Amino acid sequence: MTNTDREQKVVKEVKDKKVLQKLSGLGPVLALIVLALITTVMNPSFLDPNNLLNLLRQVSINGLIAFGMTFVILTGGIDLSVGAILALTSALSAMMITSGVPTLIAMLIGIIFGGLLGGLNGLLITKGGAAPFIASLATMTIFRGATYVFTDGNPITSKVMNDSFIFQFIGRGYFFGIPVPVIIMLISFLILYMLLHKMTFGRKTYALGGNEKAAFVSGIKVNLTKTWIYVISGIMSSAAGMILISRLSSAQPDAGTGFEMDAIAAVVLGGTSLAGGRGRIFGTLIGALIIGTLNNGMNLIGISSFYQQIVKGIVIIIAVLIDRRKKV
Amino acid sequence: MTKKILSIAVGALVLIYAIVFVVSGRAVFSISNPFQTNTVLQHKKPSELKIGVSLSTLNNPFFISIRQGVTETAKQSGSKVQVYDGQNSTNKQSNDVEDLIQKKVDVLIINPVDSSAITPEVKSANEAGIPVITIDRSSDGGKVLSLVASDSKEGGKMAADFMIKTLGQGAKIAELQGTPGASATRERGAGFDNTAKGHLDIVTKQTANFDRTAGLNTAENIAQAHPDIKGLFSQNDEMALGAVQALKSNPDVVIVGFDGSADGINAVEKRQMAATVAQKPKEMGKLAVQAAYKHFKGEKVSSQIKSPLELIVADKYK
Repeated sequence: MTNTDREQKVVKEVKDKKVLQKLSGLGPVLALIVLALITTVMNPSFLDPNNLLNLLRQVSINGLIAFGMTFVILTGGIDLSVGAILALTSALSAMMITSGVPTLIAMLIGIIFGGLLGGLNGLLITKGGAAPFIASLATMTIFRGATYVFTDGNPITSKVMNDSFIFQFIGRGYFFGIPVPVIIMLISFLILYMLLHKMTFGRKTYALGGNEKAAFVSGIKVNLTKTWIYVISGIMSSAAGMILISRLSSAQPDAGTGFEMDAIAAVVLGGTSLAGGRGRIFGTLIGALIIGTLNNGMNLIGISSFYQQIVKGIVIIIAVLIDRRKKV
Repeated sequence: MTKKILSIAVGALVLIYAIVFVVSGRAVFSISNPFQTNTVLQHKKPSELKIGVSLSTLNNPFFISIRQGVTETAKQSGSKVQVYDGQNSTNKQSNDVEDLIQKKVDVLIINPVDSSAITPEVKSANEAGIPVITIDRSSDGGKVLSLVASDSKEGGKMAADFMIKTLGQGAKIAELQGTPGASATRERGAGFDNTAKGHLDIVTKQTANFDRTAGLNTAENIAQAHPDIKGLFSQNDEMALGAVQALKSNPDVVIVGFDGSADGINAVEKRQMAATVAQKPKEMGKLAVQAAYKHFKGEKVSSQIKSPLELIVADKYK
């Protein structure tokens, strides 16, 4: 074999690898298309525009939480307290709305409060040195308990909520025929996409997840960046909570139970590695859509709700196995 | 260059969509879906009906029996049924109901997780022209065709009649009440009290919030204050089971519970409780489906359908 032959071979291998990488990035998109095709064949009303909008609206709550979770997981962390933050902040906002605070102000305060709760997670992890899993597990039970104390275990609902146009508009409204939660999700996606892929904050996030020590040595304020990331997660969770209270015209003390799992599943299905440093927020959007399509599609096809849970678990396992193969 | 053309094309499409949307007279800001088409009631045979069912949970025997009642009745008449499990999550249930509306079922049978959280979905169903029948719990808002629930007043009367028969006229008894203001508390209490009036001597009525531990504590206090009571009526089985523990030293007290829960029936079989007024969840499911059939025949359906109750009595009191 001559030298040029060998060079050509190497070049070809590198090219192949690049093509493969691109293809594997498309994996979640392909999975989504296949799922949508299967569902359409089984029940053509899946493609009904009304149903697609309905599906997007169902995805929006999980989508918002999962976007925040993407940042956390990119740093190699995890945030189990998202569902509890959602419950506590939505109860707070609902209580304020009930006692006469204007809807938007009450919701804004709730979202800021959610950011503070997320910041608390961040401080526990950075200053306290607690493992993210343990820290957020502890705050999850604390926030959930606080919600029960605050609401006395009862749902919060009031006539104001049922009468206020703005309140109902956030979760149930349509703007030019597009559900408002979908618009909120897409705007949040664009903002977080810019933050992650076009700004230094995003590069710091990836650097942190890739190699924390190297990131520290190269002058990144590791603790500050990390804390902000948990603040983002808290903000996204409480924003999702505002949509939820509007959709249910009440704040439920047990709202958001298990939401952390759906959010983590969306992130993982989207190809983000739980080890951190690798993944994209676009993948998370697709991951959330896959979970939404699974739920909506299986409901439309008429699969028993018992089997639905099994199917969801299997899909996640397949995604993780494919992810592991990619690494090898 | 291609990017520019693409973005111009997308922008133009969005603009055209917006113009068409406004010209077609739809509301730019709205709460209800501007594309939703309203179906008008047509008379349908049971075999042509698609029934959508959303239950609050399926990990409790009570609700599994409701499902049985629904599916068995529907299958006999050849209707199609789709049952979703809300897994006790208000959010999951509201997604489920939305999907059922999308599936264009003819009628919705809902057992709400929470009566306030289901309201928006009932309103959505109203907009889509799909009649809603609720089981056990109703909705705070929207139009509900009918609520199928146990006849709690009748149940209270059954408990009182049983006590009069077993204990004789004028016997001293106590009553454990449920959460103040709850419909079950009011109706079960009214049924019992009205029948007992003049026949039983109700020496005390205390609330224990439908809770077993509270039932235990309250019954202990009652036993202290009124050691001579012959009977105790509890407005649910949980409180009655608490009272069983509290009155262990005095096993002759006739304890009557309400619900017919698995634990309650078990206690009756062990003779710890004298009787329990059992609800019949399977019958509730059946009645809900029958109400739907009646509606699609064009007959009027009563807004409240009472499901019958059954008194389960320990052997020695039969």
